[in-house]
Amino acid sequence: MEYLSARRRHPLAALVALLIALAATGGLYAALAPTQRAQANPAQSLAIDQGKRLYDVGCASCHGPSGQGSHNGPSLVGVGAAAVDFQMGTGRMPAQQPGAQVPKKRPVYPQPQIDQIAAYVASLGPGPAIPNPSQYTPGDMANGGQLFRTNCAQCHNFAGSGGALSEGKFAPELRGVSPKHIYEAMLTGPQNMPSFPDTTMPEPQKRDIIAYVTSATDPATFPSYGGLSLGWLGPVPEGLFGWIFGLGVLIAASIWIAARTAKARKK
Amino acid sequence: MSTTPSTSRPQRPKAGERLADWADGRLGVYTLAKANLRKIFPDHWSFMLGEICLYTFIIIVLTGVYLTLFFTPSLNEVVYHGSYKPMTGVRMSEAFKTTLDITFDVRAGLLMRQIHHWSAIVFVAAMFVHMMRILYTGAFRKPREVNWLFGFLLLFLGQFDGFMGYSLPDDLLSGTGIRFLEGAVLSVPIVGTYLTLFFFGGQFPGTAFIPRLFTIHILVIPGIMAGLVVAHLILVFYHKHTQFAGPGRSERNVVGMPLMPVYMAKAGGFFFLVFGALSLISAFAQVNPIWAYGPYRPDQVTTDAQPDWYMGFSEGLIRIMPGWEIHFLGHTLELGVFIPLVVFILVLVAIAVYPFIESWITGAKREHHLLDRPRNAPVRTALATAWLALYLVLLLGGGNDLFATHFNLSINAITWFVRIGFFVLPVVVFIVVKRWCLGLQRRDRDKVLHGRETGVIKRLPHGEFIEVHERLSQERLHELTAHDQLKPLELPPAVDEAGVERKVTFGEKLRARLSAAYYGEHSQVAKPTTKEFEESTHHH
Repeated sequence: MEYLSARRRHPLAALVALLIALAATGGLYAALAPTQRAQANPAQSLAIDQGKRLYDVGCASCHGPSGQGSHNGPSLVGVGAAAVDFQMGTGRMPAQQPGAQVPKKRPVYPQPQIDQIAAYVASLGPGPAIPNPSQYTPGDMANGGQLFRTNCAQCHNFAGSGGALSEGKFAPELRGVSPKHIYEAMLTGPQNMPSFPDTTMPEPQKRDIIAYVTSATDPATFPSYGGLSLGWLGPVPEGLFGWIFGLGVLIAASIWIAARTAKARKK
Repeated sequence: MSTTPSTSRPQRPKAGERLADWADGRLGVYTLAKANLRKIFPDHWSFMLGEICLYTFIIIVLTGVYLTLFFTPSLNEVVYHGSYKPMTGVRMSEAFKTTLDITFDVRAGLLMRQIHHWSAIVFVAAMFVHMMRILYTGAFRKPREVNWLFGFLLLFLGQFDGFMGYSLPDDLLSGTGIRFLEGAVLSVPIVGTYLTLFFFGGQFPGTAFIPRLFTIHILVIPGIMAGLVVAHLILVFYHKHTQFAGPGRSERNVVGMPLMPVYMAKAGGFFFLVFGALSLISAFAQVNPIWAYGPYRPDQVTTDAQPDWYMGFSEGLIRIMPGWEIHFLGHTLELGVFIPLVVFILVLVAIAVYPFIESWITGAKREHHLLDRPRNAPVRTALATAWLALYLVLLLGGGNDLFATHFNLSINAITWFVRIGFFVLPVVVFIVVKRWCLGLQRRDRDKVLHGRETGVIKRLPHGEFIEVHERLSQERLHELTAHDQLKPLELPPAVDEAGVERKVTFGEKLRARLSAAYYGEHSQVAKPTTKEFEESTHHH
């Protein structure tokens, strides 16, 4: 002790004391805090931790450091894991640039990391969870077609080719979207889409719609009868096609016929 | 009749000759054939646009007859249990069900439907182009004004018959189109409601409109159109075909090839080309996929619910129109729909009455059989193109959602472009096209007086460089100078020879002003006079 007391006025003594104090509090926290969480769910808490780290790097600049939102992005409190899985799984998030609407692109994060971020966002407040495969197995296609034409076609077009909304916004094309993402979109209402919670559209109806979108609009299961579909966009491309390839060809033919004639020979 | 005995018995005539004799004795075909088989038709590709219309009309009738064999025009509700699985158990009208059956179960049914529909799209497009050809070349002038009206009626009826055909299968787009029509009729002040109740036999949609449309679509309108087509062709024969100016061609002759055999072969061959091309398109490209649209239900709608192209400009009018309404004594005047309806009719009427307006302005009552080159009638060409610009900008408005999604534009921006363009574009196009025409006239004048630029540069002994110009051939000179240049009408003197003041009516003043706008010094470049031409030849 004499050794220590002799050096208590040493210039570095305060620093050493501070280090010891920090080590003590840190050690105490380390000893107590993790054990409490480990009792809850070690895997889940690890995912949330990892998710938080990924969130801080990739999402916080727009959605705020604790998901409260900013003027660049909405609050994520209560959006649920399903929303994160849809937005990141279809590549819409992280957004490349602000605009009328964020388009889909190749996903930036691999699925395990998306799950971690989803776990973190879900921990911010209660919201819809990522659905089980049993929730989105395709149902009855014919009924789905009727539901689709009643609820979806006015924006997404009769065959899911997408359509325009106001001010540069749009309803995206649906062909090739996975059943899980269709389900999550209906559940959470991403971007400009209204949400269809189970109270307004029960789960079996969602499965019927999924059956219609994935099967009746897929050329593998239902080919484009009668030839080129011209994009499933209704009469506008038909008119363009008719003018160019219908009348265009016929006018070319008439020019050809008129040019080929038994003309009187000139001297 | 020879009764003199002869060593060899007279040859019995061949079968074809005997048949022709038999027919002549009863129908007088020799006289008919003599008068018409050697009928001369001039050669120009644009004179065959009308043939495309005729042939597509025939194809539409043929395929349409086939479709009626399997189609049931009824709105009775049935439950589908046919070949197309995504519709199994869906309630639909018999009209829609039989259309699905034609598509999936009737042999060649889908092909027939597609030939019918593609031909209709091309039919109206061909009539449109044919009409613009007549308009640009001045072929509508005396004596052909009545035939112009027949042609216009064919276009008008063709558009509406196409719209009705589009409405018959009772698919989602059909019903939406009919709903649109109902809204348009409802917007007519005072009588609108009564008219819709009359059309639909009660409230929309009811069960009456499909059978009614069917009768009109397959019987009434095609009947009238067939009659008009015959009348149109008889008048073409009677007036003889117009031709462009050229050596040997005058207002009193037609230079070209005889109907038999040259045009018989050409026209006959062209029919098969048209039929072949349309069948090929129908075999490879889908049109009106009603199975994807689904049956019509008034509570459903889809985006991309546009009409076929020929009704697209009415769609454009309704899409760009602000939703104005006037409430008056408990009644609503729906201007947002009624104004587009009126403008829709005016756009069509404007083109129908143009020949009569021009003939009134011109004041000339002589016959015209030589066509104008569009540049030599700058105001007419500019007006026609301005009308076309109006039509096209409205078509753009009708497809505004697709232009928005496919060119990454805002639909609101497109709508505003069309709103402003509706008023501004025709004016800009008129000014630009008129100047182009005048520029081309100046070029023609230059070519007549100074010849063609050869691109050969010659250096003269004193060092000057000149480009060698080559004189045009006599034929070409004729083509460039054959057109008439009218003088603007002048008002008669305000005081007649007896010194009595003459009253000049407003109509006369207006006509003189319009005439000056058509034929004044700012609307045409004087073609070279003989004197100018001779001076230019001496100079070189």
